[in-house]
Amino acid sequence: MNWEILGIWLGAIVTLCLYSFLYRDNPFYKFVEHLFVGMSAGYWVIYNIENVLIPNWWQNMFPPEGGFNGIWIIPGVFALFMIARILPKTASLSRLSLGMIVGVGAGLNMVSFFQTNALAQVKGTIFSLASGGVWSIFSSLVLVVGVVSGLVYFFFSKAHTGVVGRTANVGITILMVAFGASFGYTIMARLSLLIGRFQFLLEDWLPTIPRLLGLGG
Amino acid sequence: MKNLSAFMIFLLLSAAGTALADNADPPESVVTEAAEELEVISAVDLEASDTPEDAGGSVNLTWQMETVGSDPDSLGVIRSGPEGEELITTLPEGTVMYIDQTVDNGTEYSYWIVSYSGGYVQASSEVAAAIPSAQWIYRGRIGMLIILSLMAGVIIYFIESGKKGKELFIREIAGLAAVDDAVGRATEMGKPVLYIPGIMDMDDIQTIASMVILGRVARKTAEYGSSLLVPTCRSVVMSVAQEVVKEGYIQVGRPDAYNKENIQYLTDDQFGYAAGVDGIMVREKPAAIFLLGTFYAESLILAETGRSVGAIQIAGTAMPSQIPFFVAACDYTLIGEELFAASAYLSREPKLLGSLKGQDAAKLFFMILIVIGVVSATIGDFWSPLKSVAEFLRRLVTVN
Repeated sequence: MNWEILGIWLGAIVTLCLYSFLYRDNPFYKFVEHLFVGMSAGYWVIYNIENVLIPNWWQNMFPPEGGFNGIWIIPGVFALFMIARILPKTASLSRLSLGMIVGVGAGLNMVSFFQTNALAQVKGTIFSLASGGVWSIFSSLVLVVGVVSGLVYFFFSKAHTGVVGRTANVGITILMVAFGASFGYTIMARLSLLIGRFQFLLEDWLPTIPRLLGLGG
Repeated sequence: MKNLSAFMIFLLLSAAGTALADNADPPESVVTEAAEELEVISAVDLEASDTPEDAGGSVNLTWQMETVGSDPDSLGVIRSGPEGEELITTLPEGTVMYIDQTVDNGTEYSYWIVSYSGGYVQASSEVAAAIPSAQWIYRGRIGMLIILSLMAGVIIYFIESGKKGKELFIREIAGLAAVDDAVGRATEMGKPVLYIPGIMDMDDIQTIASMVILGRVARKTAEYGSSLLVPTCRSVVMSVAQEVVKEGYIQVGRPDAYNKENIQYLTDDQFGYAAGVDGIMVREKPAAIFLLGTFYAESLILAETGRSVGAIQIAGTAMPSQIPFFVAACDYTLIGEELFAASAYLSREPKLLGSLKGQDAAKLFFMILIVIGVVSATIGDFWSPLKSVAEFLRRLVTVN
């Protein structure tokens, strides 16, 4: 059996089944959707066991060089609390684990978000408008006006009326222009993915049909 | 005696003459051999020190290379510690620093650098020793500590004000007023509400914000008697969503209407999840779809499918690259921070409102900072004293 051709045919059939959704929901799409969801769920279970549980927890508790590290029982207990959701009587224990995840996530993100999304942006905006040529001055002006008016748009303590409203309108207009540019850029990237898929169908899959029918190749 | 003296002088002069003759005119082969025998240069001034302001387990090594002699092929870092003497790394010639991150805190380690040439150790530096240790304070982030403490102080002030009954004004956020309408529409049409909390886990701040809004949507669906579907991409998000929805149903006195099976885990895979949610959309035909949380490339796939089934769609994300798709395909879009403000706006809880007011205060501070900074830097080009003001402000917001 030629495994390469089998792989190409499977890829092509699955691709065509998925694209059939563009017409309407149908049994082919349903089959591939369930296949995709089921396979990926199974894949991620194994992935998490192999790449998260074993190296990050089990091997820390029982190091390969021998011994036992008792501190790693704590995350194991939190994991059991999550599984305790199965039984209604013990389900509330999972709140401890969930609280830990949410609290640690929020705390850790607070510092990095504040650093990258606030301080670094402010630092990058404090510069001279008078440097460079006319175009450079214009670009700098758009940047500073865009940042300040954008911040005014996201200022929630004041109604968008009067001067605040007009400044916020400038901010949202600049944001929309930026979104438009981003939209076009991303669509180009998506089209290249589509082209890649069509290339697979036309250049890899189609030529195998005459070969299978014994018409050459 | 006189003859002996004359003989000694003759011998001395003969020896000096031979030496002078050798120095003055050496054979060519002798010169070549001398150049080949130049000594391989060694590392000097080796210093070993504990890496400052870190969590320990690290030693910094710095050294210089001698200037006279032939270059080695490579350098070796030798460490002597409790495990004995070992070569811990080989570095390219010309390297003058190395950080050893395989040490234990509180143990003394000795280091020396050897120069390799032709596969053999040709020279060695002197020995330097250090004891790695952990430090409690990282001074590079003291600025951030101060700013965050001030922000926390302002937030606590607003929270306390809210608790004491002071009205905390928040402007209307377009799209949020439509939440109730969307749920009402679904009830009238007898169709479910679909809530998609993004594809990230519970450690993501957008997912956390999404869960707060889910609580509000759950209360409304329980109140109106609509069905609420929440497919999730992460198992932990599913558990949290179940808790949040259950809480919402209990709050409006409809715990019997809560159906755990409506909050499902599909798969961790991004596009597997997108395919699954698309299937739910076309089969269940929800009248209202909420896409609130962190989204990546699947955003347009979901939003377009939602649009094709005729649902009213309210989306919100802080992912700049995905907002354009939601703006194009959804009826209402919460842009960036509006997603975080939405939870406060909807819940009207003093804690969330106080937090939002505190963030507004920080934004106002930064706006003033930017305006003063830009004006100072621009005028500073012509009048130098103001330049230092801009530099000071830049330093103020610099965090290592």
